[in-house]
Amino acid sequence: MTDLLKSYRFREEREADWKALEALLKRAENVGVRALSDDDMMALPRLYRQAISSLSVARAISLDQNVVAYLEGLCSRAYFFVYGTRSTFLERITIFFRRDWPNAVRSAGWSTLLSFACLFGTGFLAFTLCMMDMDWFWAFNAEIIGDRNPNATTEYLRSTLYEDDVPPEELLGSFAAQLFSHNSQIALFAFALGFAFGLPTALLLMYNGAILGAFVAVFADRGLGYEAVGWLMIHGVTELGAIVLAGAAGFVIGRAVTFPGKLSRMASAKEAGQRAAVMAAGCVVMLFFAALLEGFGRQMINTDEIRYAIAGTTLVVWLAYFYIPRRSGLDSELEARA
Amino acid sequence: MTSETAASANGLTSDQTRQAAIRRRQRRALENEKAKYRRDLVTPEGAALQLKIATFMERAGAFVLDFIFQWTIVLVVFLAIALITEELGYNGWAIGGAIVAVFAFLIRNFWFIYFEMGRKAATPGKRIVGLRVAARDGGALKANAVFARNFMREIEVGLPLQFLFTINGDVSGLISLFGFLWAGIFMFFPLFNKDKLRVGDLVAGTWVIHAPKDQLKADIASVVSQARLEEFAFTPQQLDAYGIHELHVLEDVLRTSPKDVRSDVAQRIRDKIDWTRQPNEGDLAFLEAYYAQLRRRLEQRMLFGDMKVDKYD
Repeated sequence: MTDLLKSYRFREEREADWKALEALLKRAENVGVRALSDDDMMALPRLYRQAISSLSVARAISLDQNVVAYLEGLCSRAYFFVYGTRSTFLERITIFFRRDWPNAVRSAGWSTLLSFACLFGTGFLAFTLCMMDMDWFWAFNAEIIGDRNPNATTEYLRSTLYEDDVPPEELLGSFAAQLFSHNSQIALFAFALGFAFGLPTALLLMYNGAILGAFVAVFADRGLGYEAVGWLMIHGVTELGAIVLAGAAGFVIGRAVTFPGKLSRMASAKEAGQRAAVMAAGCVVMLFFAALLEGFGRQMINTDEIRYAIAGTTLVVWLAYFYIPRRSGLDSELEARA
Repeated sequence: MTSETAASANGLTSDQTRQAAIRRRQRRALENEKAKYRRDLVTPEGAALQLKIATFMERAGAFVLDFIFQWTIVLVVFLAIALITEELGYNGWAIGGAIVAVFAFLIRNFWFIYFEMGRKAATPGKRIVGLRVAARDGGALKANAVFARNFMREIEVGLPLQFLFTINGDVSGLISLFGFLWAGIFMFFPLFNKDKLRVGDLVAGTWVIHAPKDQLKADIASVVSQARLEEFAFTPQQLDAYGIHELHVLEDVLRTSPKDVRSDVAQRIRDKIDWTRQPNEGDLAFLEAYYAQLRRRLEQRMLFGDMKVDKYD
């Protein structure tokens, strides 16, 4: 026996190219596409195709487990690189703000209306019922918002709406607390629960709408309605807006899962899920702004008129951002890569 | 050659044949179990890549690792800021707490998203376990898919915890328990489908697969010199004693096992093929020579379409 194994000769002839591909991938994965020179870019498709064909041949002729496993791993790495997305994190964020988020919100118009109706419809209902008979307050389980209930004195209620000079580190603390508040949590729940056919999303929105209505009613009953709404809306436009949009995202998924139409349920869930998730990601951004407004703005601004002015401004800004039609403004290269 | 004729040719009793058949069936079952996690991805070039789906336990392990990393980082940052500002004469714990709450908000919401959008499509926990996220249709992993799979985690982890914490709270215990069980369906969703998808994967159109990083090691057959091959001249009968399965086991032994295991294996092969040990014959030399010649024979048979799967074949 003078010759080498066929499978060994096969490996020997191609090993250098495999190693070259591996080194190239390693650089690309660790540093990014920028680490690749023009020559690397030219070599990549050739090396990739050669590795793929080596894998097919190795499976047929080689019984060396290590070679086959190595090629299997190398080829999948190369495949995911060659056919994967190559935009950077920053580019993706740009695309998100300039195109994907407003588009997703605009495409979910009916769901947004439904979500709005669930939250504010029940809110209005609860408000009306409470104004007729304050005992309804307790029926809505609204005591979870603390001691601002029908038994509190008017003086106390008024005192909760305005703050005297707050030291800066407390401002920071209250901002931080808002980030993890009840409301920012229900927003993401409203989105995720949409998967269970949308029903829990509706219940969650209605439940929180009822609490909101009952809360405003307590103040309105004492003639503090105007002040309380100002206190609520300086950040509430943004925060409740986030909850409405998160609920809408939940309904988008719920509808896709419940009525998949011509698609399979899986395909339908996937198609809607990606659109809805963009809205959910946007909600996290909105909640961050809401916490800023609530933590700093509300503590420092104690004039009703300015509070209303800020509320109105945020409303206009959000509506303009979402609903004014415009070109995406992305250059075509970025558009193609997205 | 069926196992029965092979066995009778070797002069085994019917009981031994039965034993062998049972062992073989067990191994087949094990291979089928492995195949359950393999998925073929046909590339545009027409080659099929074999992807391996991550198991539930692997994914849970990766998640626990990520969880530990996230909160360790938050804790370290908190202590650092608090101690430094305290030193400078401010109310450090309050400032530290507030800044870290903002930091924790970002970590909690964007840890997974940031890393999965990255070039390796995996969080540090997944990288350690050796996993990555990929689009189920084989295409590029879109940012939107990464958002979807991660915000859904709210009902997979957040919701059950929420109910668990209220069990001793003011809500009726029974209702909380029902809530927990309901939420548990989402948490254990990966156990109930063949692709081990969690709800987030389902909605995002993704799955989690193995990202193996096998190193290319030296070919064992290549280190066997010509002189060595002449020294160990095995007969075709001696080389027909084993099949592909045993060849692969022998490869593992040669690559990873310690000396005593090797000499044990060498002795068993000598007994099986009736090889009389030469004076000064090393175990490693014997095994390598046998491996090289067995592989040559099996690869030759394979080229002619004759796969000898294992020693019973």
